[in-house]
Amino acid sequence: MKAKSSMDKGIACLLAVGMVLTLMWVSPQVVSAADSYKIGAVFSVTGRASFLGDPEKKTVVMLQEKVNEQGGINGHPVEVVIYDDEGDSTKCALAVRKLITRDKVCAIIGPSLSGLSLAVLPEAQKHKVPMVSCAASYKIVTKDPETGEQWKWVFKTPQSDSMAVESIYTHMKRHGLSKIAIMSVTSGFGASGRSELLRLAPEYGMDIVADEKYGPKDTDMTAQLTKIKGKSPEAIVNWSIGPTQVVVVRNWKELGMTGVTFYQSHGFGSRKNIELAAGAAEGVYCPLGACNIPDVLPADHPQKEVTTAYKKAYMAKYGEPVSSFGGHAWDAFSLVVNALEKVGCDKEKIRDHLEGTTGFVGQHGVFNFSPKDHNGLDKDAFQMVVVKDGDWALAD
Amino acid sequence: MTGQKQSKTDKTGIQLVGFSLAILLFPFFARQVSFFEHYVDVMVFVGINSLITMGLCLLMGYAGQISLGHASFFGLGAYISGVATTRYGMDPWVCVFLGVFVSAGVALVIGGPSLKLRGHYLAMATLAFCIIVTTVFNENVAITGGPDGLAFIPGISLFGYSLDSVTKYYYFVWGVVLAVLMVCLNVIRSRVGHALRSIHDSESAASSVGVNVAKYKVHVFVWSAVMASFAGSLYAHYLNFINPSSFNLFVSIKLLIMIVLGGMYSLWGGIVGAMLVTFLGYEWLHYFEDAEVVVYGLIVLVIIIFMPGGLASLPEKANRLWAERTDSSHQSVKPFVQ
Amino acid sequence: MEITLFGQIIQYAVTGITIGSIYAMVAIGFNTIYNVTEAINFAQGEFVMLGGLLMVFFRVGLQIPTVLSIPLTVLVVTVVGMLLNQLAIKPIRQPSVLSIVIATIGASFFIRGIAMMIWGKTPFDLPPFSGRNPIPFLGAVIQPQGLWVMGCLVVVVIVLTIFFDRTIMGKALRACAVNPNASSLVGINVRFMVLISFALSAAIGALGGIVITPISLMEYDRGAMLAVKGFSACVLGGIGNFPGAVTGGLLIGLIESFGAGLISSGYKDVFALLVLLAVLFVRPNGLFGNIEISKIKKF
Repeated sequence: MKAKSSMDKGIACLLAVGMVLTLMWVSPQVVSAADSYKIGAVFSVTGRASFLGDPEKKTVVMLQEKVNEQGGINGHPVEVVIYDDEGDSTKCALAVRKLITRDKVCAIIGPSLSGLSLAVLPEAQKHKVPMVSCAASYKIVTKDPETGEQWKWVFKTPQSDSMAVESIYTHMKRHGLSKIAIMSVTSGFGASGRSELLRLAPEYGMDIVADEKYGPKDTDMTAQLTKIKGKSPEAIVNWSIGPTQVVVVRNWKELGMTGVTFYQSHGFGSRKNIELAAGAAEGVYCPLGACNIPDVLPADHPQKEVTTAYKKAYMAKYGEPVSSFGGHAWDAFSLVVNALEKVGCDKEKIRDHLEGTTGFVGQHGVFNFSPKDHNGLDKDAFQMVVVKDGDWALAD
Repeated sequence: MTGQKQSKTDKTGIQLVGFSLAILLFPFFARQVSFFEHYVDVMVFVGINSLITMGLCLLMGYAGQISLGHASFFGLGAYISGVATTRYGMDPWVCVFLGVFVSAGVALVIGGPSLKLRGHYLAMATLAFCIIVTTVFNENVAITGGPDGLAFIPGISLFGYSLDSVTKYYYFVWGVVLAVLMVCLNVIRSRVGHALRSIHDSESAASSVGVNVAKYKVHVFVWSAVMASFAGSLYAHYLNFINPSSFNLFVSIKLLIMIVLGGMYSLWGGIVGAMLVTFLGYEWLHYFEDAEVVVYGLIVLVIIIFMPGGLASLPEKANRLWAERTDSSHQSVKPFVQ
Repeated sequence: MEITLFGQIIQYAVTGITIGSIYAMVAIGFNTIYNVTEAINFAQGEFVMLGGLLMVFFRVGLQIPTVLSIPLTVLVVTVVGMLLNQLAIKPIRQPSVLSIVIATIGASFFIRGIAMMIWGKTPFDLPPFSGRNPIPFLGAVIQPQGLWVMGCLVVVVIVLTIFFDRTIMGKALRACAVNPNASSLVGINVRFMVLISFALSAAIGALGGIVITPISLMEYDRGAMLAVKGFSACVLGGIGNFPGAVTGGLLIGLIESFGAGLISSGYKDVFALLVLLAVLFVRPNGLFGNIEISKIKKF
């Protein structure tokens, strides 16, 4: 008995030590060719924001392969170092510091989350490395909202939530809706949308009669919807991502509230969501970037070509439909590659070039950067669509 | 008897000196290899986590209580530091002590009633506390910045010397860890430590010899909460950014995993556990990506089944095996390693 | 589309009882294992998750009719529960409350991770057992599936009551709960009873997952929150107390629902916890808990 238990312990010790050594050995070791252009990327590939980071990573990998297939940038192969921050601020900061000091990248793409982008932008500023974030908050680029001064080294490609909200409010106004209720999930995504909804309401003459919230893992929103029902609004705007945005729509239908116009956030933009809603999404409105709806765009739309090509290539490589969030990474990566093409791996020059880029046709809009605008988009980057017969259709 | 005590003190002293030396020299060695250079950065977080785990070891290993809410004390310290410095322009050190004060108060309120009762009410109370605090952090967007977090938190300086680089902060944090470690080791050696150990072995026996069981348990709980809060402030001033997801139930459980792996009956175990789990999480598990959770689960199961004393019990087991081999009359060693 | 205050209250009550039934089932699961081992199985929520996802697999993936999918799912999850006991709990050399709690936490992570690797992170849907047409009721609406959830709880309660009162195995389990040493002295195989308790717990959890998925979808990490809420329900009613679990679960569901509807939806998770803490302050043994029993118990 003694021998057996001490052997057990011995084996366990060896296992533990062996595990540790293997893990250290298996950790990503970065090897690079001398003349390749190194682009760094930090995405929330796993964790609470994997719906953002996973398509972003896949898109960047796909584009990198394409660029290298075509001979690289002016003969220089492109190397992308991707770190997964798992939605955690500490990991994100560590990753960004690694990219800057150890991997010595020309530019950084990401992070996927607004909070994390705000956390790491001081590093980009301090070390003077251009960073193109794939997160939505306007605070990422705007240093001072009063003067409009932008963070010198930071850019972003997603439309601000304010643009999605403006798109919704414009549509509502056009259809004479003004008494509304808002619902949001208590995550960063929901909170950001909610604050924009509240902030822009007076400007568009919107009267918000109810402001309800729910958690990302909640299973049922009938309580919140019932409260809203009691206030008799003309429209509901829901801001969430994940299963809750589907459950909300199902509850809306079950409670017999289909007379109240329902708007989802741009997070709803996937056919899978329509499917999961099991018919309840019929007639629901949603502002979407062009890359979600390439088929529905008119032939003369400036983004028709790039969005259709992206959709086809992504489906061919990964066997799943595009996600609008992957489109943000497409835009960021393409902008950086464009800069590298023109000025090479010089951080200062890349930054200047990005700032001066105009008329750039991307997945989420046509970008026009300037010293006072490091986002380059406006509310026309969103089209209002409606769910008709189980698929998207342009709304009027 | 004195001889035994003497040698134990010597052994601890040697361990301390050796460990301090290793900590001191680590950055020099790490800087030599570019692959390991940023490990100094990770070690700062290891130090911060060690502050929390040492406190948890005292609570779980000695007082035998489960706390599922230590991430919230960590968060309280971080948020008080963050909010007070960014919104009210207070001095970072004032905020650190404010956080400590508030956490102590909260710990008294939660711990007082729960620990008077026998059983594991503290587990439920700390679980509830954890969820309530996380919700409050998430909801109060005006004060805490909500789920997007609080950015641009200022750094901290020591007597006017600004701690604005990775290396400076590393020495600062580990200096604190070593100081706290020495204090805790002293406490364990003192009468308080004996009282705690007796509580762990048998609460009824301890109270029958006059040990005020509830009082000691509450003291340990408050002390561990204070350490977590202090660590939280250090964290906020290092990362200059905090958000609620760094202080939720999953983080509380990760802290438990740290002390289970390292050995909850030993302060060194707390440090070792913090080191391993922090490095696993931030560096070595990248290969597994999402399956990180599976790895944590496996680690916990393997340790609990095969090595309940954690890794810190290994040297002792080795000693015991050796003693069994050379001497047939072995003594059963108590599970308290200094 | 007007709704009166009365209608709203009825609606909140309906929602509260529906979700409360799930919490109650989780709480019953906790109690079943606690009563025999005096420890808390934090992997309880994962049984619910597995029930839901496996049911999706059988019903939607393999197109097996509901009538057969349900017993199949329950069977598989029961096996998982028994494996949990055999592989994670039984091997512990010196089982203490602390070590079992930690082991079950580890197991819950493990199960969750495996589920994620098999099913991925996307939520899954299940067709409801009897359609989606809401039934109007006193100014509110009830989903047919909601009735199935409540019905499931009632059935579980009745079956368990009969089991514990009328069958030998049930009585043996109760004996173990009162005094394991005495029970083994009269020839009850306590180790086997522990296994049974895990199996039973898993089965009940699985049923919960099966009936709730058509309403709220199911994904790999739903288990944790359910375990926390179920555990709160358990403590509220009094750990180890069967009617306490049911009452606790329904109460927590109702408090959440009314809190969200009438006070603030952002803080709804907090209301139930505050009520729980208040109750524990006054009556540490929960609403139905017995002071005498709790003095003997270890948790």
